[in-house]
Amino acid sequence: MSFMLGITPWPFVSALLWIVLIILALYLVRATAHKTIDAATLAMARSLRLASKAVARSEKHLAARNRDVLLAAGREAKERVIEREFDRINDSVRKDLANYSALHRNLSESIGRIEQDHQEAVDVPPDPPGWVKAVEAVAELDSREGRVKVGQILSDIHKSLIKAHKEAMDAYHKASATRHKLLRQMRPEWREVQQTLSQIGKNVDSLLARSVTIDRLMQEYEDIVRDKDRAMSVLSSSSLVNFFVSAFVLSIAIGGATINFSLIARPMAEMVGGTNLIGGFRTADIAALVIIMVEISMGLFLMESLRITRLFPVIGALPDKMRVRMIWITFTILFLLASVEAGLAYMREVLLHDELATSALLRGDAAGSTATNQFLWITTAAQMGMGFILPFALVFVAIPLETFVHSLRTVMGMVLQGILRAFALVLRILGNVFSYLGQLLKQVYDLTLFVPLWLEDRLHRSSGQEPELGRIS
Amino acid sequence: MKKLSVLLAAALLASCSAEQQQPGNTGVYMLLDTSGTYAEELEKAEQIIRYTLSRLNETDAFAVARIDTGSFSEKDIVAKASFDDRPSAVNRQKRAFAEQVRTFVDTVEPSPYTDITGGILQAVEFLNEKGTGNKTILIYSDLKEDLQEGYVRDIELELEGFDVIALNVTKLRSDNMDPREYLGRLEAWQSRVEGTGGEWRVINDLDSLDGMF
Repeated sequence: MSFMLGITPWPFVSALLWIVLIILALYLVRATAHKTIDAATLAMARSLRLASKAVARSEKHLAARNRDVLLAAGREAKERVIEREFDRINDSVRKDLANYSALHRNLSESIGRIEQDHQEAVDVPPDPPGWVKAVEAVAELDSREGRVKVGQILSDIHKSLIKAHKEAMDAYHKASATRHKLLRQMRPEWREVQQTLSQIGKNVDSLLARSVTIDRLMQEYEDIVRDKDRAMSVLSSSSLVNFFVSAFVLSIAIGGATINFSLIARPMAEMVGGTNLIGGFRTADIAALVIIMVEISMGLFLMESLRITRLFPVIGALPDKMRVRMIWITFTILFLLASVEAGLAYMREVLLHDELATSALLRGDAAGSTATNQFLWITTAAQMGMGFILPFALVFVAIPLETFVHSLRTVMGMVLQGILRAFALVLRILGNVFSYLGQLLKQVYDLTLFVPLWLEDRLHRSSGQEPELGRIS
Repeated sequence: MKKLSVLLAAALLASCSAEQQQPGNTGVYMLLDTSGTYAEELEKAEQIIRYTLSRLNETDAFAVARIDTGSFSEKDIVAKASFDDRPSAVNRQKRAFAEQVRTFVDTVEPSPYTDITGGILQAVEFLNEKGTGNKTILIYSDLKEDLQEGYVRDIELELEGFDVIALNVTKLRSDNMDPREYLGRLEAWQSRVEGTGGEWRVINDLDSLDGMF
């Protein structure tokens, strides 16, 4: 600095001289400087815009891929639902309508019986009493023609007829009673027919309801296959809902696993020692964790073998016989592990009691060291119960886990898509900033040269020329 | 096959290191002064021992020894235990330890002399042999050393890495007359311990033993 201010005897003059020289130099290289600024900022702006476009393209590719994945997942899920609906219809048809021929026969027989009973129950009216007029005619004949003995004969005939009439009436009453009996017998037949018909009606209604459901599902499936935006939005929102719900259920399951861990970690120290470390962690803790993880794995395999989840296609594709074997094997292992856990939970209670007794003894509380709580069995039983039940409860983790895994792919894709979109926007903004920065830098550059530029402008104006160097480019 | 052997070797190394790693365990050696009137203070010492037992865990080591005429001897160890790594076994050991100490306190007879240095030497030897991560020597005494003629205790102690805690350092009648004697005694022990690399502390309030370990 002292050298710069020492080129003349007066520092102020030296400084002024330097300023003039610098301004002169800047004025001389002004065009080159402007080009350099333009080149630099333009290069940056273009690079950033290019990068922005590249990121935007990646985002579009990712969006397309996410869309494909989402549609594929939705298609698969819908296929599963439709498949299950068809299975249900199949079961329903097989169960309810497979014996339709027998049902039909029953109905026909019932109707036949009813018809027969009806025929038999037809009311036959008694013969009209024609003989009365005949008797009267014969009686008149008797008195008019003086045939005395005719009256006796007619009297006998009358008696015989009365007797016959009585017998006919008795037979008629008997027949009526029989008919009434037959009609009574028809009532259960009618009821049976009515019940059978209502059952058929219900089955048909159920089938119709299922067919409506299948129609709706098929419509949704077609929407997915046709790649409709509505289907996309429905799938996206359901995927998000699935993600949060499954994450919530998984967090509950993690809580359960933590409780399970605390139940068995302490007594596990009795088996593997309480101080050994592996990688900075207590071996007992690792062993307890391994047991819980094995239980969860067995639960996954069990659910997979039962075809409730579809995380491992290999298990789902196994032959039914092998799959059933696998169900039994995984269930047996799970049962054994649950029993081990129940034992460890009991051991935990024993250890806790032992430790409390020792602490009481060390405190000098002799009564506390020997006292036994009469309700101790409740906590012991509760711990054992929890130790036994929790492994089975953890089996059901497989369901939310499957949902979580499937929805995670979509959610991650959406998040990544958002990040890429934001990144592209930032790059684009930065590109524009650099573009305007070039102009700004040139303005700032020219600001230091306002004196020579003003002189140049004046010079050009006086000579009648358009100023070139001073023109703001 | 090659990968499998590498994995097996790694697992073997991990298991070996698992066996050798015991960095956090604690070794405690407690010296009980049984000389003269201080023997009457042993009831309090028993409480401290029980407190110490309650604070020790698996693989820790604990020994209680008496300070008598010649304390540099294993015979002076009243009770000792290297705790198992199974919690149930540790509880059993603690109960047995407390019982041994109880018997000792009930049957102890005062000793005519006080060989604190010999006791510390024995403690250092015991704790070094146990190889615990933390080493603590508790001295339950008035710190007034009284050696029998012929006993040489002008020995450099090696207390690097040791915590030496003086407990219940009672004041003698002569201390009351001239407190400088008491303060000088404490200072002498402090300089002796710290001069050989040890950490020195005094806890006289037995209700605040929380910071002992």
